Amino acid sequence: MTAFIIRRLMQSVGVALAMSLIVFIGMHIVGDPIYILVDPQSDQAEIDATIRRLGLDRPLWEQYLLFLKGAVTGNLGNSFVHGTSALPLILERMPATLELAFASLILAIVIGIPLGLYAGLYPETVASRAIMAGSILGFSLPTFWVGIMMIMVFAVMLGWLPSTGRGPTATYLGMTSSLFTVEGWRYVLLPALNLALLKVSLVIRLTKSGTSEAIHQDYIKFARAKGLSRSRIVGVHLLKNILIPVVTVLGLEFGNQIAFAVVTETIFAWPGMGRLLISSIQSLDRPVIVAYLIITVLMFIVINLVVDILYSLLDPRVRLGEKSA
Amino acid sequence: MTTDALPAGPTLAVEGLATHFFTKAGVVKAVDDVSFTVSSGEVLGIVGESGSGKSITGFSILGLIDQPGRIVSGAIRFKGRDLRGLSENEMQGLRGDRIAMIFQDPMMTLNPVLRIDTQMIETVQAHRSVGRAEALELSRQALDQVGIPAPERRLKAYPHELSGGMRQRVAIAIAFLNKPDLIIADEPTTALDVTIQAQILFEAQKLCRATGTALIWITHDLAVVAALADRIAVMYAGRIVETGTTDDVIDRPLHPYTRGLIGSVPSHAGRGGRLTQIPGMTPSLIDLPAGCAFRDRCTVPIEACGVAPGVTSPRAGRHVRCHNPQFADVAP
Repeated sequence: MTAFIIRRLMQSVGVALAMSLIVFIGMHIVGDPIYILVDPQSDQAEIDATIRRLGLDRPLWEQYLLFLKGAVTGNLGNSFVHGTSALPLILERMPATLELAFASLILAIVIGIPLGLYAGLYPETVASRAIMAGSILGFSLPTFWVGIMMIMVFAVMLGWLPSTGRGPTATYLGMTSSLFTVEGWRYVLLPALNLALLKVSLVIRLTKSGTSEAIHQDYIKFARAKGLSRSRIVGVHLLKNILIPVVTVLGLEFGNQIAFAVVTETIFAWPGMGRLLISSIQSLDRPVIVAYLIITVLMFIVINLVVDILYSLLDPRVRLGEKSA
Repeated sequence: MTTDALPAGPTLAVEGLATHFFTKAGVVKAVDDVSFTVSSGEVLGIVGESGSGKSITGFSILGLIDQPGRIVSGAIRFKGRDLRGLSENEMQGLRGDRIAMIFQDPMMTLNPVLRIDTQMIETVQAHRSVGRAEALELSRQALDQVGIPAPERRLKAYPHELSGGMRQRVAIAIAFLNKPDLIIADEPTTALDVTIQAQILFEAQKLCRATGTALIWITHDLAVVAALADRIAVMYAGRIVETGTTDDVIDRPLHPYTRGLIGSVPSHAGRGGRLTQIPGMTPSLIDLPAGCAFRDRCTVPIEACGVAPGVTSPRAGRHVRCHNPQFADVAP
């Protein structure tokens, strides 16, 4: 187990290195940030001074080595735009994004699994057909449009929930989050639902197909022959067997949402990391982008690690050590 | 379940049971007019080819027939009570407690992601309000009873850590866990090695005799029932075509189908001799034509076979569904 985790972390260092190199070269090709950064009125001397200050006068390989040198000591460089260290800039916005992603994960599980189970157990009913048809809508409707419609209906027309922003926060067990206040939940509900839409659809379909397959297995019939209650058969015997694909998808999607919840964050004016990334890309703020993507890589590695550990908890036949991926 | 009046008659009496499946292609009469009884401590062997309705008979008794199937007529009297009149809740209370079932493939019947102890304890606790520790002890005893060495260790194991024979023993232990009155074993040794088969048969027989449990052993293997059963019911195309005590049926088969079955057992033919075989294959059960279902494969069909034969009793203790039962001795 420990060896498994260490190997995973080593892999993540490799991925982070390759990724940072690609971003360095890519950003270099895309353009020179200097004309976005300096005042259009400034003269050549001022421009040259800025170029030197940002280290852009050095050759690219030297810039990269300097970045690596800083990275080893935990310094991922200063933002071109803000002038401050890139890492704290991102971390400061991380809780907002994390809680949004977490809330949408909870919604995806709470909504998706029961609906998927129902559709798998009673495939012939009208309700099941409606659920499956609805899940197709969940796949195909664009997030931004659904988000706008949600604001229209729930915030503007019905006035039940606030349309934008993040609610008041509270601190509990050393964590500060708006999820610890009722008012905070009112704010997070719409964006989280918007973000959860695709995941709910995926979870419904995976749970449904898993259920309709597992329900004909002998071990379910044997469980019935043992006289177990229906809730135990479905909740324990069936569910534990079908959760692995669901966990896989939720893990991937969870990472995606933390890293790239840009659309939802923009529509709902959620003060998260996604909007920082967009504005950084627009201003070619390389240190922030690199730092952002490194955090993303680490996050995906950690999430995949958690998913693998969950596998072994769900299915005793999965052995962590044997996996080479 | 101790409140039940003491049964005077057999543990289970199935009368005229018919289970049909209403598919888009037509009505499949998987079980049609099946009657038999089995008493305490007795082993009844139900023999037949694949698709003859033996398993469906077992599932019908337990009330585990799923859509599009349905029991359309008949009575299933268990200790005098007709199970068809019971609610789903009452049936759930009987299943695994008074009537248990063992399945064919031990690789598939145990839940792969739950530990053996979990799967055993839940069976006890579904029917009795006992604590975890007590249920665990009962489970340990049950494993010990079916000849599993080091039961404490096996309880902590997952199914994939056990061999096929070991898993089937666990399934049998689960079936005996609540000391049921009736066990339905659906080809439980088919997927196992011959040596393991013999051990399992021995254990099951011993347990039934010791506990007075009635046992229905469903199989396609005549050799197995010959060694195990007190009485035999031969099934063909959803119907029981012949019943009697094991020795009587094996030595003096009346129905041409039973004769065919016995003739196709290798040990019965002389060394190097040709095995007899039953020509053709089991008919499709969808919209079975009128008349005897076996007549197209029969060696001795007569004109009367165009009409479905009723049950007759040409000898004491014997019942056969045939217009032309054979009384000549079976050629060795």
